[in-house]
Amino acid sequence: MAEERGTHDHDHDHDLTFQPNIEDGEPGRYELMTYAIRELLMEKGHLTPEELRAAQEKVESLQKSDGAMIIAKAWTDPDFKQRLLDDGNAALAEVGVDAGAAKMTVVENTDDVQNVVVCTLCSCYPRAVLGMPPDWYRSKSYRSRVVIEPRKVLSEFGTDVPDDMTVRVHDSLADLRYLVIPRRPEGTEGWSEEQLAAIVTRDTMVGVANPTAS
Amino acid sequence: MSGNFAPGDTVKVISTHPPGHRRTPYYIRGKTGEIERVCGDFANPEELAYGFDGLPKKTLYRVRFKQSHVWDDYAGPETDTVDVDIYEHWLLPA
Repeated sequence: MAEERGTHDHDHDHDLTFQPNIEDGEPGRYELMTYAIRELLMEKGHLTPEELRAAQEKVESLQKSDGAMIIAKAWTDPDFKQRLLDDGNAALAEVGVDAGAAKMTVVENTDDVQNVVVCTLCSCYPRAVLGMPPDWYRSKSYRSRVVIEPRKVLSEFGTDVPDDMTVRVHDSLADLRYLVIPRRPEGTEGWSEEQLAAIVTRDTMVGVANPTAS
Repeated sequence: MSGNFAPGDTVKVISTHPPGHRRTPYYIRGKTGEIERVCGDFANPEELAYGFDGLPKKTLYRVRFKQSHVWDDYAGPETDTVDVDIYEHWLLPA
């Protein structure tokens, strides 16, 4: 058999590539501890598989569209925007969003300030309004570099901030969660909230990009 | 609110490196900044992490630091800042 295969030009097996499996690699120490605690909680009746699944489904089904709707409302209703800036949790509750125990801190981009959000310690993120954080937000590279060289990181996202504007990095570490109100772009005068919400993407609410009218 | 600091106060982050679960990042320890706002009182996450009740609650602040002060070779205008949420027990008047 080996000789037969030897008649081929080369060994085809080497050309095959596979998509890596999510479970590839040895589980880490914390992963194992998580499995162990999960098993213990279930064994002792503190958590059911159904409760775990439902909690996971809830977190993963939160959509960035909630955030976009909130920004569109802030753009068209200055009083609502002010309430968001003053007390994020209360203003979000008005539109039916429960931000939970964390303190929602809403910051506004202006002609002079570009805000950008990070969590240098882990991956604190306003999940209640934006859903799950993107992989880049959780990456070590983003978490370390955006604090040290924010302008370079922003330009890698295609966002060049002129030197006469302030770049304000917000390190979200414990009990605060941040939402950025982007600048409403020119050319959107008279647009409906639905039209406006359509141009507000996730990244514009983290502050690494800015919305455009097109 | 029980906090000892008010917006505009200059504060210095304690430069200490205790073991355990800490919510103040290394890069900001020992740096001087200005209280931007008082965020309220929260159960201390450094105690909650070990199953304690986190009481008494600690006052949380948003402290604004000039990037040119935090990083020796910061490449950007003097006006650039990093705002960090820090608990009262990490702050000293400066």
